[in-house]
Amino acid sequence: MNVLLDNLDLYGRAFLGTIELFLVAAVGSLVLGAIVAAMRVSPVPILRTFGMLYVNLIRNTPLTLVLFFFAFAYPRLEIVDLSFFTRACIGLILYTAAFVCEVLRSGINTVPVGQAEASRALGFGFNQTLTTIVMPQAVRAVVPPLTNVQIALLKNTTIASGFSVFQAGGIYQELSENGYNVLVGLLWIALGFLILVVPLTLLQRNLDRRWSVAT
Amino acid sequence: MTSVLYDVPGPRARVRNGLIGVIGTLVVLGIIGFVVYRLAATGQFEPRLWEWLQFRAIQLLIVDALLNTLSAFGVAAVLSLVFGAIFAAGRMSDHAWLRGPSTAIVEFFRAVPLLILIFILYFGVSQTLGLNLSTYWSLVLGLMLYNGSVLAEVFRAGVRALPRGQSEAAYALGLRKTQVMTNVLLPQSLRAMLPTIVSQLVVVLKDTALGFIILYPELLYQARYLGSQGQLGAPILQVAIVIAVLYILMCLLLSGLAQLLEKRSRRRRPGGADPTEIVREEEKVAAAQAQGGGAQVGG
Repeated sequence: MNVLLDNLDLYGRAFLGTIELFLVAAVGSLVLGAIVAAMRVSPVPILRTFGMLYVNLIRNTPLTLVLFFFAFAYPRLEIVDLSFFTRACIGLILYTAAFVCEVLRSGINTVPVGQAEASRALGFGFNQTLTTIVMPQAVRAVVPPLTNVQIALLKNTTIASGFSVFQAGGIYQELSENGYNVLVGLLWIALGFLILVVPLTLLQRNLDRRWSVAT
Repeated sequence: MTSVLYDVPGPRARVRNGLIGVIGTLVVLGIIGFVVYRLAATGQFEPRLWEWLQFRAIQLLIVDALLNTLSAFGVAAVLSLVFGAIFAAGRMSDHAWLRGPSTAIVEFFRAVPLLILIFILYFGVSQTLGLNLSTYWSLVLGLMLYNGSVLAEVFRAGVRALPRGQSEAAYALGLRKTQVMTNVLLPQSLRAMLPTIVSQLVVVLKDTALGFIILYPELLYQARYLGSQGQLGAPILQVAIVIAVLYILMCLLLSGLAQLLEKRSRRRRPGGADPTEIVREEEKVAAAQAQGGGAQVGG
C-alpha cells in the first residue's frame, strides 16, 4: 500500500501520460483508419492496392519496431524536430490505423449487397444509400471489434516507455531508483490498467449483446 | 462488378474514378517520394552506411539474433498453446471451483498490458521473490501468459460456436464428457479455429520484439547495438530497415500459412452437410472469436 500512497503523484502523472497518449492515438488512428478503409473499398483499383499494401505491411510489423523507427531512425531524416511524445503518437497512429481499417472494411462487407441494390432501385443516391442503409447496419458490426482495437491500443501505449515517453509503463524505473518494492509497484500498475480496460470491455460486451440480437 | 457502396460505373463515373485514381496515386507517390528524397538528401544511401552488411561477423551476429527471436517465439508458441488448452478446459468445466479461478486468470492476463507482465516477471519477481528469471524466460513466460489467455478464449469460442445438437447427440449416444469433447467437439472446432490460432501465433512472433525493452538480445536489440557503432557510421536507419524486412518476411510467411489453412478448410469440407450451413457456422466462429479475441492487435 505504501508504494502507491507514497508515489500517488508519480502514478497520477504516469497514468495521465498514458491517457493522453491513448486519446491522441485513438483519434488519429480512427481518422487515418477511415481514410485507408475508404481507399480499400473504393471503386478505384490502384487505391485499393495501396490500401492493401499498407495494411499488410503494418500488420506484419511489430509495434516495437515501428516505435523504434520513429524514436531512433526518424531524426536521421532531419525533417522536423519532434518530441518523443509526438513521435510515439505517430507510431501508434500508423500502427493502429491498419487494424481500424480492417475492422471498418469487414464491417461494410457484412452488409448484404442486396440492401444497397434495393436502395438504388428505389432511387436513393450514393449519400442516401451510405447514410441511411449501409452505415446503420455496418456500425453494429463495427463498434464491438473497434472497441477491442482501442483497448489493445490502450495497452500498447506502455511500449512507448521503451522510447523515453513518460507514462504508466515507466513508473518502475523511478520506483526502483527510490528503493521501493518494484513488484508491488508493478502490480498497482496492472490494477490501474484493469480499472481502465474493464469498463471498456463491459461496454463492448453490452453493445455486442444488444446488437447481435437485432442482426 | 457491383458492391455495397457503388454500382457498375457509367461513363461519367469512370472518368471521375480515373481522376481520383490519378490524384490518389500522385499523393501516395508524393509521400513516398518525399521520404526517399529526405533519405537521399541526408546521405542515407551512401555506400559507407551499408557496408556493414558485408562483414561476416555482423552477418553472424544478425543470424544469432534471429535465432534468439525464433527460439523465444517457438517456446512461447508451444507454451501458450498448452496454457490456452488447459485454461479453456478450465473455463468450460462443469465444476464452479475450476471455472471461477480459470475465468479470473484468463481475464486478468488479457487485461494487463503484455509489457507490464514482462516487467513484473523480470523486475518484480526477480527482485522481490529472489527467483532469478533471465530476460529470455521473462519474455517467454510473459508471452505465454498473455497469448495463452487469448488462445484460451479462442478455443472456448470455437467450441461454443458449434451447433448444440452436436454435443446433445453425442451425450444421447452415451459418450462421456471427455469423449464428447475429444471425439466430437474438438475435431470439428479445431479445423475452424486453425486460421485464428495461426494468426495469434503471428502476434506471438511480433511480440517477441518486446524483448528489446528488457534487453533480451533479439533482432531489435542487435539493431540498436549495430546502429550505435561509430566505426560503421552509426547506420541505425539502415539496420532498422533490414530488420524490418526480416520481421515482415517472417510474419508474412506465417500469415500466408493462416490464409492457406483458411482456404483449405473452406474447400475440403466433409461431404453431406449443407454448404451454406457450414459457411454460416464459420461466420459464427469468426464472430465469436472476434468478440473473445481482439488481441490480434498485440504489440
